Amino acid sequence: MADPGQLAQFGMTDLEVFHALDRLNVRDVDYADLYFESRVSESVSMEEGIVKRASKSISQGVGVRATAGEKTGFAYSDELTKKDLEIAADTARYIANSPKGDRSLPVPTQRRPTRDLYPIERAKAEVATADRVALLNAIDAEARRYDPRIKNVLASFNTEYKVVAVATSDGTLIGDVQPLSRLQITCIAEENGNRQVGSFGGGGRVGFAFYQEENRHLEYAREAAREAILNLSAVDAPAGVMPVVLGGGWPGILLHEAIGHGLESDFNRKKTSAFSNLIGKRVASDVCTIVDDGTLPFRRGSLNMDDEGTPTGRTVLIEKGILRGYITDKLNARLMGIPLTGNGRRESYQSIVLPRMTNTFMLAGESDPDDIVKSVKRGLYAVSFGGGQVDITSGKFVFSASEAYLIEDGKITKPVKGATLIGNGPEILTKVSMVGHDLKLDNGIGTCGKDGQSVPVGVGLPTLKIDEITVGGTQRS
Amino acid sequence: MSNLPEQTNGYAQLASDVLARAKQCGATEADIVVADGETFSVQVRVGAVDRLSKAREKRLGLRVFVGKRSATTSTSDFSIDSLHRLVDETCTLAKAVVPDDVSGLPEASQMAASWPDLDLYDSTKLGTDQQIDLAKRAESAALSADPRLTNSEGSDFDSSSGRVVLANSHGFVGEYRSTSFSMSVSPIATDTATGGMQRDAWYEVQRKFSRMSSPESIGQEAARRTLRRLGARKVSTKRVPVVFDQDMAASLLGNLCSAISGYALYKRASFLLDQLGNRIASEHLTVYDDGRMDGGLGSRPFDGEGLATRKNTIVERGVLKSYLLDSYSGKKLGLPSTGNASRSVGESPSVGPTNFYLAPGTKTVQEMVGSVKDGLYVTELIGFGINMVTGDYSRGASGFWIENGELAYPVEEITIAGNLKQMFTDIEMVGSDLVFRSRIASPSLKLSELMVAGN
Repeated sequence: MADPGQLAQFGMTDLEVFHALDRLNVRDVDYADLYFESRVSESVSMEEGIVKRASKSISQGVGVRATAGEKTGFAYSDELTKKDLEIAADTARYIANSPKGDRSLPVPTQRRPTRDLYPIERAKAEVATADRVALLNAIDAEARRYDPRIKNVLASFNTEYKVVAVATSDGTLIGDVQPLSRLQITCIAEENGNRQVGSFGGGGRVGFAFYQEENRHLEYAREAAREAILNLSAVDAPAGVMPVVLGGGWPGILLHEAIGHGLESDFNRKKTSAFSNLIGKRVASDVCTIVDDGTLPFRRGSLNMDDEGTPTGRTVLIEKGILRGYITDKLNARLMGIPLTGNGRRESYQSIVLPRMTNTFMLAGESDPDDIVKSVKRGLYAVSFGGGQVDITSGKFVFSASEAYLIEDGKITKPVKGATLIGNGPEILTKVSMVGHDLKLDNGIGTCGKDGQSVPVGVGLPTLKIDEITVGGTQRS
Repeated sequence: MSNLPEQTNGYAQLASDVLARAKQCGATEADIVVADGETFSVQVRVGAVDRLSKAREKRLGLRVFVGKRSATTSTSDFSIDSLHRLVDETCTLAKAVVPDDVSGLPEASQMAASWPDLDLYDSTKLGTDQQIDLAKRAESAALSADPRLTNSEGSDFDSSSGRVVLANSHGFVGEYRSTSFSMSVSPIATDTATGGMQRDAWYEVQRKFSRMSSPESIGQEAARRTLRRLGARKVSTKRVPVVFDQDMAASLLGNLCSAISGYALYKRASFLLDQLGNRIASEHLTVYDDGRMDGGLGSRPFDGEGLATRKNTIVERGVLKSYLLDSYSGKKLGLPSTGNASRSVGESPSVGPTNFYLAPGTKTVQEMVGSVKDGLYVTELIGFGINMVTGDYSRGASGFWIENGELAYPVEEITIAGNLKQMFTDIEMVGSDLVFRSRIASPSLKLSELMVAGN
């Protein structure tokens, strides 16, 4: 870890930062913080068999925030000077519009995160462009070798190296170094004018070596190629209400959309969520226990600390079907008088903190995955998904399958074209009748959007059966 | 909002320094884009300020070519030492990738030599309290419209002002400024019988403050749209005619726009391959992309490579007349650029629409709805169930059920599904109600048939 908490790398002294915090110390301000961030992002991408593009982006800045009651004042600057901090602080405290407070602020004490969930040395995170080019070349060759009907391979490898420091009016100065990388592959298959697409990828808070261990990069390439080839023989998807079996891992996007967003505390404080006032109530069948856990080593959604300097944790959202808790940031935990869960996250210094998920998954159940499929007379088996979306207020959510099969008489039969599944968040998990013992986390490709801000997240799911959900295909079943 | 400093000469000098340095490092060609601006944003919720934010930002993007190899970088640090380091790194990066035969800047002769003022900039200065007040008025108009409007996701007022400078090693230097003002309101209505909640929203975006509708009218429209969703239910699965409202029709048009992007086409990742000159849609469909509309939300005087923008006919009475191309994707397809290079600071150019719109027809919404005996009027679509390679389409929908030519009741938790190739062919009526609410705009549309999945 590269000196977390050290402000020197941002060209600031502890004293300058304290003065800026003190400038925010007006009577009606409950809390204030400064978030320093430096980020280097790199990307190489290939198409048509050649690595054509390479890019690198450097950004650095500070976000300054003050909260007073329910109000948040926020400003940011890409210049890190004492004067810029003062201007930002004056903007942020505008919402309080009150005279200097008589409290004295605690002088922030340096802390380090008490653990390191992603110990990657910078030297190892940084690899020669030539090595990344070689990785993509190997992927292209592997996908084309998988099947000659693969006509194009689009692959990209992205890395991000982020150093942050947070100074808060409650007396904390803490920093973290947050590496992140992702390998994404899309294959296009063509046969007699029928063209289909397949995608696969993976990543996490891991270094370059991760992708070559056990030849993961080649496995990803084969998976993308396999999905594209499979879709060449896909038939039209059915339309209407039917039982759906979800495979393990990435289909956990169901939890993220159906309940995760609805349990973010900002929506519940404002009572705009379909889950408002449901704590202690049944929102799922008793085979469902769901957690949000930011502490899993090397995972894409994990963090040593959230973007307010709070250590991340494991929060039980639903326990045996009963709604137990919301995920919180400092503002919403304070206003609602509920525990702080370490879920205050922001896309960058240019964005405000919101309560956001980390890694959200359902704990393993007791059913055998094969028995789950066998229990369905006619339905859908969906194992891979594209994106999803939710209307927090009405609770209606969708997620779209990219690899799915018909289940006929308890057997997985024909592959079907992608279709969107639609349901109602507070209701859908009450229709989960079987949960497999095969919990799997996704491969590390998830990005969650909220209020225009994107943050990396993880999901996970055991194989499970939903007794009925609307499948948006084109064929009457 | 305060004025941006008059720094253009400074940026032109900076650009020329960076380009000179790139040449020293072995770059055969290069271009640079600098964007800076100020943003202000306020959200009011249930009568009080919830969030207020203000910032200035700047970024510089550099693209170099070393022969046929290229790389792109960007930074927010404009100090000369840091920029020199960036140039060196960019050239090193370029030397590490594989040569690409068609890469390079467009020919020098293609650069825009002059351009008109497109009226994209408004010097109106709005005070912080004034902007807070506008947001408050809009929300208050919404919440006072009906007692069932009990809560709110808030009302936002945003203003921004920015400048783009593009320069390249052909000697091209172009600059333009633009402003944007936007207001949105998202009220929440509660169904007194069931306790269920519904949210909807209304918004407006303009380049000129004086063109904004009153906050009251935006709030009232948000209220109307939210209230009418109360009591929504599912419907049974069936194949029926579907009327798309303006914004949903624009999202459909956005799918067409993605499918004719030169990048999707040469990668063979579009359902509209090799269709130039062919009929791809019903004869009611005529589509333009016009980069030179005065005050247009998508207008720009030159594109992301410095080529003059213009008005292109994309689809004429159902026949595909033009793709959207920059010079790179054009060369891949053996066609000239259409002036649609879109350049975000940190990336090499891609293709983007300017003002991409469907020419209005003659039907009113009432006539379109009136022509449907049993069908759907769709006012919101969610999710990402669109496969651009095959055209397969399946999205979550809400709106109203049409019975005997009238909107009968609100519907939700349903999907609509089809294939975009067929859907464009199945457009049988085009509305007269074209309004430019974003850079992709369409009048309402009626499709003869789609699969609606529900109960």
